[in-house]
Amino acid sequence: MELGKPNLEAFADTLIALGQQDRDLLVVTSDSRGSGKLAPFAQTLPDQIVEVGIAEQNLVGISAGLAAAGKKVFAVSPACFLTARSLEQIKNDVAYSDQPVRLVGISAGVSYGALGSTHHSLHDFAALRAIHNLAIVAPADNFETQAAITAAYHAGRPVYLRFGKKPMPHLHAEGTPFEIGRAIPLATGSDVTLIATGETVAPALQASQILGMQGVSAGVLSMHTIKPLDTAALLDVAQRSKAVITVEEHSVYGGLGEACAAVLIQHGIRTAFKIVAIPDEYTVTGSQAEIFAHYGITPEGLASTARHCSNSS
Amino acid sequence: MTELELRLKSVQYRKTILRIIHRAQAGHTGGSLSCTDILNVLYNHVMDVSPENFDDPNRDRYIQSKGHSVEALYTVLADRGFYPVEALDTLNQYQSHFIGHPTRKVNGIEQNTGALGHGLSVAVGLALAAKQDGRPYRVFTLLGDGELTEGSSWEASMTAAHYRLDNLVVIVDRNGLQITGPTEQVVALESLEDKFLAFGYAVRSCDGNDIAALVRMFEQVPFEPGKPNLILAQTVKGKGVSFIENQIKWHHRVPTDDELARALAELEQAERELKVMA
Ligand SMILES: Cc1ncc(C[n+]2csc(CCOP(=O)(O)OP(=O)(O)O)c2C)c(N)n1
Ligand SMILES: [Mg+2]
Repeated sequence: MELGKPNLEAFADTLIALGQQDRDLLVVTSDSRGSGKLAPFAQTLPDQIVEVGIAEQNLVGISAGLAAAGKKVFAVSPACFLTARSLEQIKNDVAYSDQPVRLVGISAGVSYGALGSTHHSLHDFAALRAIHNLAIVAPADNFETQAAITAAYHAGRPVYLRFGKKPMPHLHAEGTPFEIGRAIPLATGSDVTLIATGETVAPALQASQILGMQGVSAGVLSMHTIKPLDTAALLDVAQRSKAVITVEEHSVYGGLGEACAAVLIQHGIRTAFKIVAIPDEYTVTGSQAEIFAHYGITPEGLASTARHCSNSS
Repeated sequence: MTELELRLKSVQYRKTILRIIHRAQAGHTGGSLSCTDILNVLYNHVMDVSPENFDDPNRDRYIQSKGHSVEALYTVLADRGFYPVEALDTLNQYQSHFIGHPTRKVNGIEQNTGALGHGLSVAVGLALAAKQDGRPYRVFTLLGDGELTEGSSWEASMTAAHYRLDNLVVIVDRNGLQITGPTEQVVALESLEDKFLAFGYAVRSCDGNDIAALVRMFEQVPFEPGKPNLILAQTVKGKGVSFIENQIKWHHRVPTDDELARALAELEQAERELKVMA
């Protein structure tokens, strides 16, 4: 797989392109323009960036006000602070009041590695899934990021997007159809399907290749949208393969895995099923890669989990 | 400890801070160097806290709200005997407790911080409990200046004044810089003194990189009975290394091999000069 740039940079480039065409597009930051790779945006479009200081609650409230006045707002802050500190502003000022703010959580999941749990967002899917009127999107590669940002810009409704800061391999061909709420199949398999989201899609795809060489037929679905969940795609792969594994850079609680499990059970589908995510414990310390490896979110780790799961099915 | 001994310690601390950041290839260099002297004076002169009394409910408390400057705190705690300084070689490594923000997994640390705008509220809680239980301890907390835009700081301030917490000492590391640039250009803070006075603090200002000034300042606490104490510590971000001082990019830049060597050479020169005076 050819390595692209960090999704963070794909996002920042996309915003410049969109902002140049629409003077009403505003980026709102909370001392986060550097972390958001938005210095070039600020240089190119200095009148289209609003700085609120280190004040994430304020960031979301002000964004809601700007959106109410017709601005096309991207509120950008580390995912950890944006979705914990500002949760009530997201719930009331954005989602409940139906102000079309695009909330962008940067350096999501465990991207901040050894900066520790204050800087991790392993709760954001869970917390935000329980809020009505908010789409949740975790793009996997540069293509999905650019497509998701563009879709969120046109959506005209509240959207939360989150991604990391490590370079990501290209997973999709340019021109692949993209729609919020519509999963993208990357491989089909009859033994097991890995349903992954965000930065775990790449190791899931590599795992499927390892499994293929071992004679296990493994499919991969990029479930970039956590909500609304693509239940049709989920039910389809669950009926076509003997086991389903979900993979996410999030707590095992309340994320992609439990969302999929609820759909399958309620449709009477009792397939072999396993959630691979960050367990409910004091998260091991280390870099994002070390944390992924510790919890088996690697090509080898996922292949081994998938083998187990499809054997026991 | 004499003033000269404390000054010598600050130079040695700065060397350790740069070494561990360089070794870990990550860290918040500027903010750690700006608050080194404050932590030095607190832990070696002002606060009644040590590895021996860390279980004593009457020990003084320190809450570092600007958690990102953890390298300074780790360095001072090592010197105070909470753990060997060699433990800091594991900074940011897989499974190390020494990560990029303070956690209670590390001996000597009272509270997990790192998300800005939390420390003052926790410190108010600790100070209020001391008042309720008639305990003699004092609570010290260090805030960044950029951090002050978090509204929670001001909510906590109102509570502190309301409960007349003169056992609370809030220190603002007024280095004038945050990540994006100078605080006054990002979101203007001034007049900070007027703001804190209006919120009910007894406010004092001093050179936060001057050991003698800090010692004198802390000796005057409580400044006014019945009022929380606030020290505007006028500091230089990156203090002690010429090419790091006052440079925005050094917020979380890591020194290269060459920069480390040059920085250590400057600090060793300062160390020699102090030793001559001793
Ligand atoms: C709630 C929260 N928002 C954002 C950050 C990211 N962050 C870390 S340090 C920093 C700048 C801090 O500036 P200041 O308070 O002035 O600290 P100093 O200059 O002493 O380093 C920011 C925005 C954070 N740690 N917590
Ligand atoms: Mg500052």
